[in-house]
Amino acid sequence: MEGNIADMGQFIGAGLAAIGSGAAAIGVGHVAGNFLAGALRNPSAAASQTATLFIGLAFAEALGIFSFLVALLLMFAV
Amino acid sequence: MAGEAHETGGLTFHPLDQFIVKPLFGNCPPAEHGAAEAAACVPPEIHWYTITNVTLWMAIAVACIFLLMVVGTRGRSIIPTRVQSIGELLYGFVYKMVEDVTGHEGVKYFPYIMTLFLFILFANFLGLIPMSFTTTSHIAVTAVLGFGVFIVVTVLGFVLNGPAFLGMFWMKDAPLILRPVIAIIEVISYFVRPVSHSIRLAGNIMAGHAVIKVFAGFAAIAAISPASILAIVAIYGLEVLVAGIQAYVFTILTCVYLKDALHPHH
Repeated sequence: MEGNIADMGQFIGAGLAAIGSGAAAIGVGHVAGNFLAGALRNPSAAASQTATLFIGLAFAEALGIFSFLVALLLMFAV
Repeated sequence: MAGEAHETGGLTFHPLDQFIVKPLFGNCPPAEHGAAEAAACVPPEIHWYTITNVTLWMAIAVACIFLLMVVGTRGRSIIPTRVQSIGELLYGFVYKMVEDVTGHEGVKYFPYIMTLFLFILFANFLGLIPMSFTTTSHIAVTAVLGFGVFIVVTVLGFVLNGPAFLGMFWMKDAPLILRPVIAIIEVISYFVRPVSHSIRLAGNIMAGHAVIKVFAGFAAIAAISPASILAIVAIYGLEVLVAGIQAYVFTILTCVYLKDALHPHH
């Protein structure tokens, strides 16, 4: 069980970057939950706002994907 | 790092191996055919003109779109056939999206957006076929699409509005003190757009396919294999959803960016 310290740093860094996925999950849940709360108050306006919902979801999710990418880069590219 | 991990790592499965770009012709024979042959053979280099599995699957995507939209609607019947009504459905869906987001002036650019949508949708769905290759999981592929949109939108904005296009970064509603700060943030976010636009698509597709492969690795362990096969089925269903949603998201963001170029002052 030996290895160099740089490898260890890589794996720890990748694990830390994975925290970002959880943060993105909070964001996505927030967007979807607020949309649902609004849609249930005023169902007639909900259909016109689905495009906005998906744009919001995409922006929140993109940042989680960035952290996933950082984890991948640390694991395989550095 | 990736190469040595294959020999020394404790894992017996490599979820990212499915994304390796391989030339279609001139590959080395597999090792079981003769170890000496395999060792002596030099793997072919990949140039920009080399025909690889990426090229093949992009060509298949284009061929499928051609079959659906050109061959399928050849009859142009008043009562559409099944294939023609799928084509009409897709056309109407994208047309309505462009018209809703960009307004009436944006309809001129509908062919470009339709092309992007169909290509991404078909590449995503073809990637879900087992043993196939997902072209949109490569940032190299999606970056071309994303930077293409960025360049088109920027050039279009300057051609249509002239220097007034820069007014998009100067918020007239904000207090005067805050305007320079907001302008800097707006410029940065404008230039991050193509990066996030392309990485969002590639990252989503790559992550989903890697997760399926990880669970496929668990399926080899007898104790948890039924649970992991059920998980693969569930995740596959999710991935079908994601494939459609990501094509939709890429297209609608293209429409939003196009709207900025057409009406920079809202």
